[in-house]
Amino acid sequence: MGNFKLPRLLIVAVIFFIVVTVLSLDQVYILNGYFMVIINRCMIFVILASSLNLINGITGQFSLGHMGFAAVGAYVSGTITTLLLKLPPPPPGFAISGSMFIFVVAILVGGISAAFVGFLIGFPSLRLKGDYLAIVTLGFGEIIRTILNNIDYVGGPRGLLGIPKFSNFTSIWAFTLLTIVLLRNLVQSSHGRAMLSIRENELASELCGIDTTRYKVMGFVVGAFFAGVAGGLLAHLLQIAHPTQYGFLPSCLVLIMVYAGGMGSMTGSILAAFCLTFLTEGLRVGIDALPVFTFGATTFRIGTEWVMVIYSVLLVLIMLFRTEGIMGMREAKLLIIEEKKK
Amino acid sequence: MSALLSIQKMSHYFGGLKAVSDFTFDVPEGVIYGLIGPNGSGKTTTFNLITGIYAPTEGKIFFDGKDITGHKPFRIVQGGIARTFQNLRIFGNLSVVDNIRVARHYTVKSGFFTSILRLPSFRKEEEEIREDAMQLIKMMHLEDRALDNAKNLPYGALRRLEIARALATKPKLVLLDEPAAGMNPKETEELMGLIRRVRDEFKVTVFLIEHHMKLVMNVCERVKVIDFGETIAEGAPQDVGKDPKVLEAYLGRGGAEC
Repeated sequence: MGNFKLPRLLIVAVIFFIVVTVLSLDQVYILNGYFMVIINRCMIFVILASSLNLINGITGQFSLGHMGFAAVGAYVSGTITTLLLKLPPPPPGFAISGSMFIFVVAILVGGISAAFVGFLIGFPSLRLKGDYLAIVTLGFGEIIRTILNNIDYVGGPRGLLGIPKFSNFTSIWAFTLLTIVLLRNLVQSSHGRAMLSIRENELASELCGIDTTRYKVMGFVVGAFFAGVAGGLLAHLLQIAHPTQYGFLPSCLVLIMVYAGGMGSMTGSILAAFCLTFLTEGLRVGIDALPVFTFGATTFRIGTEWVMVIYSVLLVLIMLFRTEGIMGMREAKLLIIEEKKK
Repeated sequence: MSALLSIQKMSHYFGGLKAVSDFTFDVPEGVIYGLIGPNGSGKTTTFNLITGIYAPTEGKIFFDGKDITGHKPFRIVQGGIARTFQNLRIFGNLSVVDNIRVARHYTVKSGFFTSILRLPSFRKEEEEIREDAMQLIKMMHLEDRALDNAKNLPYGALRRLEIARALATKPKLVLLDEPAAGMNPKETEELMGLIRRVRDEFKVTVFLIEHHMKLVMNVCERVKVIDFGETIAEGAPQDVGKDPKVLEAYLGRGGAEC
């Protein structure tokens, strides 16, 4: 290990961390609380988009209900932390480290629950070839929303309230970096190549001795796990988990990120997650600033629901003029693990 | 010579159509075996039955003494039968070396967690797989293109890549589905040498389907001719080439006389 170099990915991530932290310091205050929430949301969407990319872009399956898994993660981890907060407080010395520990465990349990649900859904539907997964996941997204709406224990239509604010910039940054590194390692391993070969040609993959069902389910379950983690982080950032946050439209938003970034490119998913999250906020602010039109007695107001219309137009434009997305299937050098030259 | 692959009374129907009818034949170990017949005579169906893409309607398939009838394709491949396809099925967006490494995957011992954490044992194994793949690439003369996306390779190179990928699964029996399709005479000539080398260097049995008569007559040591799902001749290539029934099937009734 004489010529050990720090991985460039880590360097870039640390620089990003330091820059944002410095800019958000009270003395500098270029990034206020509002911007920090957007940046945190960006990183959560990076986790969501790159995990969906594993299912849709790498393994070549088609999942439409990614936010359903985020909902499982959000509600499970949110319930755990709110319940544990009601316990008698720990002795003073353990307070901070104890709550951090509870937070990490709750997020991981949320992720594992989402992965388990992913397995229950993926195993029967991925044994079949074709678009069954799209139908099943579309249904699943709606089912989970309806179930959450009707369980009074987790707040029903009011949403799960009073979740402690455990997510902050540091913890979300750490989880995001970990997600990117683990997903990159998975894709660039033998298991990842097995998944890629299924996308390229399922029959040929099977006739190379690969148990295609197993690898389709593996990709799907891993994707669901990270979606659950992202959901948990989001719930502890906004301090609320609400059924409408995890409906079909948010799932579509993540899907658009994957397609806009380029199917199969993690770099693309990361870029698109940042760009589109900022765009959503920008459009929201921009549309709010539009004047109210009045035609005689009727008033016509352009509301924030038009954001989704603009998104759809954007997606159509991408399909027309840059079919392969921002990055295509290319990957930034940062995310490629170098192999020894022979 | 013992039979490596033994097919007994195998039939397959697509609805009412009899694609393969009552096949019984043995492929002895270590030979280059050819299966020929006009278009639509059931050759590719036979391969699909052997590799488990379809399960035969009737009959049994034995490989290496074991009954593999109705097994899943990936199990059959893991058991030692590899194949190539008539219309290439290459992983186009993967590099040449990755195409071959995919085929080595089922022998990989590194588990999921070892892989995503990149533990030393994982790195060592990856290195071994890469070296194995590079050896196959050198043998197929693809070393200049090893890191290119497979879809950018010329046609002849893709054919060789598919054979290399089949060999990477460490098979005992290689099924080649029209390996010379779309090749020019020079490439076909090279392919004949390649098929012989594959058999000798990898100690595998080769079972091929081909339209190209010159290739079959030159390379194969045993030939079986089928038409409309039925066997019409079997034996050494020289004898089969003179069989009137074979000439009739290929050239029509008048052709056999002139």
